Amino acid sequence: MNTLNGIRAIIWKDLASEFRTKELLSSMLIFAVLTIIVFVFAFDPTKDIVRQVFPGMVWVCFLFAGILGLNRSFVSEKTNDCITGLILCPVDRSVIYFGKMTANLIYISIVEIVTLPLFAVLFNYRIPLKAVLPLVLVIFLGSLGFIAVGTFLSALSANARSSEILLPVILFPIMVPVILGAVQASAAVLAMAPAAEWISWIKILAAFDAIFLAIPLVLFEYILEV
Amino acid sequence: MIKAEGLTKTIGHKQILRGIDLHIPEGRFVTVFGPNGAGKSTLLKTLALISKPTSGNILINGLDIRKNADVIRQQIGVISHQTFLYDNLTARENLSFYGQMYRVPQLKDRIFDVLSEVGLEISLNEPVRTFSRGMQQRLAIARAILHDPALLFLDEPYTGLDPHAIQILNSVLRRLNLDRRTVFLITHNFEEGFEMSDRVLFVVKGRIVYDGQKQELKKDELRNLYLRKVEGAA
Repeated sequence: MNTLNGIRAIIWKDLASEFRTKELLSSMLIFAVLTIIVFVFAFDPTKDIVRQVFPGMVWVCFLFAGILGLNRSFVSEKTNDCITGLILCPVDRSVIYFGKMTANLIYISIVEIVTLPLFAVLFNYRIPLKAVLPLVLVIFLGSLGFIAVGTFLSALSANARSSEILLPVILFPIMVPVILGAVQASAAVLAMAPAAEWISWIKILAAFDAIFLAIPLVLFEYILEV
Repeated sequence: MIKAEGLTKTIGHKQILRGIDLHIPEGRFVTVFGPNGAGKSTLLKTLALISKPTSGNILINGLDIRKNADVIRQQIGVISHQTFLYDNLTARENLSFYGQMYRVPQLKDRIFDVLSEVGLEISLNEPVRTFSRGMQQRLAIARAILHDPALLFLDEPYTGLDPHAIQILNSVLRRLNLDRRTVFLITHNFEEGFEMSDRVLFVVKGRIVYDGQKQELKKDELRNLYLRKVEGAA
């Protein structure tokens, strides 16, 4: 119960602070919209090729916008040395991780809710109604894996001098299974392929998420020590 | 009560603390002086469980920090020259957040009590970013005492404080010390540090080079004694 209260308090603190300034969300959203516009110019929306590259474009947009949020996640705690205030709190170190991770997951979900329909409209891409629920599941699992690893590494890179550069450099190689799984599963779901074709990707995403949600339980206190 | 034995801390190749032995009974007010880079802040961070010692043992109120970290953290308050406050949240929201993390009972009343103690009750709903440096430091004092800690660690708390804020800080410290709370203060301010303490430590190059009771010292001699000890350890 104390654990849940601690996580809830950190989520509330992060969201209250962000919704007051909207610095992070607005930059994530602006970046995501600009990425879509670049893709609209790069690929002719009337051509068939768009159907093949659509899932890839969507995930590139989500991941790059998400990196902006992850970069700020722990760097913002360095103002007034708030990270020390968090370290002093009488809670398990994983409470800090899960609180920050959930707040990051909420930010990326807001970006996804806004940008996915925009993608569909600008590329004249009709998402089949039957594909919506599986697609939501794929996007949730992919985003969870991305944010789980990203939050962990964001805490690690926050102390580096060039954390904005360091985070993507160390994050993307680890993210390869998630990127692959999310793009392939999204493509299969959008193409209305048989469930057997995308279930295996879902399993890979779920396994990745489980591993990277378990690792911080053990290692996060050492990350905060760095 | 704080008990440290053979405390060392190495960061990279640099040994910051070189075997500190320290025993501070409950209710004592200890002031630590030392030159820049002597290891004072590292000693405080290690005792306050902000950073782990490389070797040695620490017992806080009889509890081993390796086995009872969360229980000990509940009994510790820290005031630093950094405030640990969120600029975009109001004074009440900041205290409400920390109060939830420390599981403070009757939180609303407690927030009002501590804000009254530091004279900020009328600024309850104002964002911290609109506060002056002195007001922020007073709010940091309120944050540190919100959960009524048995031990208070202070790292250069007088930095940037106006006389009014210094008066408030000193009155809070006197009140806590009268309540038999243990206070561990690091400062370069000989006047304030000596006045408040009942025991004085000098830390130089990661070692305690002097440990004396206040009654053994005269205020005018403190500075000369400090300079002799620092030069002697160089």
